[in-house]
Amino acid sequence: MQTAPHHEYELDLVLDKKETLADGVVQLTLRSADGADLPEWEPGAHIDLVLTDDLVRQYSLCGDPAERSVLQVAVLREPAGRGGSAHVHDTLAEGDTVHVRGPRNHFALVAAVRYVFVAGGIGITPILPMLAQAEAAGADWRLVYGGRTRSSMAFRDRLEQAYPGKVTVRPMDEVGLLDLPTILAEPGADVAVYCCGPEPLLAAVEEQCTRWPQGALHLERFAPKAGATDGPMESFEIELSRSGTTLAVPADRSILDVVEASGVQVLSSCQEGTCGTCETAVLDGVPDHRDSLLTDEEQAANDTMMICVSRSCSARLVLDL
Amino acid sequence: MITTIPVLDDDPFGDEILTDPYPFHQRLRDSGPVVHLRRYGIWAMGRYAEVHAALTDPATFCSSRGAGLSDFHREKPWRPPSLLLEADPPTHTATRKAMSAVIAPRTVRRFREGFTASAESIADELVARGEFDAVTDLAERYPLQVFPDIVGLPADGRENLLPYGGLAFNAFGPRNALLEEALAAAAPVQEWIWKSCQRDALSPDGLGASIWAAADAGDITHEQAPMLVRSLLSAGVDTTVHGIANTVAALAAHPEQWAALHADPTLAKFAFDEALRYAGPVQTFFRTTTREVEVAGTVIGEGEKVLLFLAAANRDPRKWGPDADRLDITRRASGHVAFGMGIHQCVGQPIARLEIELVLTALARRIARLEPLGDPVPKLNNTLKGWQSVPLRAHAGG
Repeated sequence: MQTAPHHEYELDLVLDKKETLADGVVQLTLRSADGADLPEWEPGAHIDLVLTDDLVRQYSLCGDPAERSVLQVAVLREPAGRGGSAHVHDTLAEGDTVHVRGPRNHFALVAAVRYVFVAGGIGITPILPMLAQAEAAGADWRLVYGGRTRSSMAFRDRLEQAYPGKVTVRPMDEVGLLDLPTILAEPGADVAVYCCGPEPLLAAVEEQCTRWPQGALHLERFAPKAGATDGPMESFEIELSRSGTTLAVPADRSILDVVEASGVQVLSSCQEGTCGTCETAVLDGVPDHRDSLLTDEEQAANDTMMICVSRSCSARLVLDL
Repeated sequence: MITTIPVLDDDPFGDEILTDPYPFHQRLRDSGPVVHLRRYGIWAMGRYAEVHAALTDPATFCSSRGAGLSDFHREKPWRPPSLLLEADPPTHTATRKAMSAVIAPRTVRRFREGFTASAESIADELVARGEFDAVTDLAERYPLQVFPDIVGLPADGRENLLPYGGLAFNAFGPRNALLEEALAAAAPVQEWIWKSCQRDALSPDGLGASIWAAADAGDITHEQAPMLVRSLLSAGVDTTVHGIANTVAALAAHPEQWAALHADPTLAKFAFDEALRYAGPVQTFFRTTTREVEVAGTVIGEGEKVLLFLAAANRDPRKWGPDADRLDITRRASGHVAFGMGIHQCVGQPIARLEIELVLTALARRIARLEPLGDPVPKLNNTLKGWQSVPLRAHAGG
């Protein structure tokens, strides 16, 4: 259902519980200090955790929406990541205060007679509350849950116990890749397919669903490459070469925002890294490319960038503005 | 709660509104976020917030049932549907990705030199003549020089592109006199268009050949390749012709804006962006609902046609402020929906922007003042707003 964007909350919550769910996965349970009810949310929603001033991460809510006193997220340690999950795993401790923004939902569950859920690894988190909603609605559903190894798959036991016969757990080291041609074999009317997981899984599911009715498949992305615009939000500096002005880009704002706010006129359109309108020449520094347009080679040349979504790997970028 | 749904009896495809759409756009916006247009039994949105939200929710507001009034579930389209404009994910995803790769920023950068040469030569000629028509001497000439070259079309028959584009955009509307005339005018050219989409008709170094190469690489099928070349031809010419004419006409009608551009020709790209907001060529597109959906309190059923007024959204004071109806090239026009928004946003946008920035820069450098020599004559089309004739005199200046 499409409604006006609702109010977004900014909350300081207390980390009430931090527990290990699986290899490399911890679940955080957040409450308000005074025990007050937290904002309402629906399955598929995510929140921002503002871990430090320049470290903001998005995580899907994986708890029970009816349980209004807590918000729960599960975080996978990403060794190749740039500090967000490491901060959650290594630094955050029970009793800490965590600043939270949201919730927002770009992945809502539509009404359907039947559902096929496909989750890969930590992609199980937004799916989890969807299962409860589908079950409560009396829908016919099944979940196929893939992961690297059995011990890396969070919520595995709980799912198998709660929904016997409806949940198939497929660890890759035991049975290989998910058999999508079979799972998604027969396109059905009134069936909604929900998928969350790593990019190769999303791409494979998308490919498999080309024969399905339009609109049957729901992924947590549309236009930008999955994950292209995700990644750590850190602060850095930009220098506008034409005026010599130096501006600070804080973690929660884009280069485009900061440049416009400084009074410099700059073109933009889609603001999601897909149209190319805000392309800007880079004179010095190394951009952190998050657009869906430049080829790998063009990105590697580091002489141009889309300032609506891309950020900086270096402490300073000099732009031809 | 009972809400009253506003109903309007106007014909948005009638001559009166197509000639001067803006008073109707205002009534539409002021009537409510979602309005029922009784004449066609369709829904309409004219406010920025709802138009933007619908454009960026293709799962609910789909394109595969046609981006025009005709519902492809119920009526046979006048041509095989576009693989881009009239498709939904996941099928749309592959063709869009292939087309984005063909029109990559690196490719578009290579066009600058050729576009500049054409733009400078036309600007020189217009200044030397003094009096010229911004449509026939400029807007219809420059894109027809530069665009078919980059696609790699044969030299003969390029004049066929205009009636074909005229039909493609009229066909989004009802079967009125405009569409009948366009069908008649384009009947003889459809064969040329389809032949020009085939591999053997296209030069080996153009965008058309790149689309065929994408088929060889397996990114798209060989059946899809000519269809995607056809998309370039349908969407790449009339839009820029109208874009140039509308921009120059708007700037000529606002001498202080032209003076600002002449004083600083680097403002050309912003002037074009603002002109798109102020008088965009593509006025409307349809979507079809895939499910029952509530928009700002109004429930729209499944399978309903929704007419999105891009041009009305682009002048919505709720988004642009009380002076939304004013042309101001120093305004922050970013975010306008003249190119659409979301997954169907114009894939050729970088080409259009480059083309028009360069010709506008060439004109602004040479011309201190553009004097209107009479009222512009409107050109009516069910989707495009434009002019048949915009007579001007160029006053050169240093």
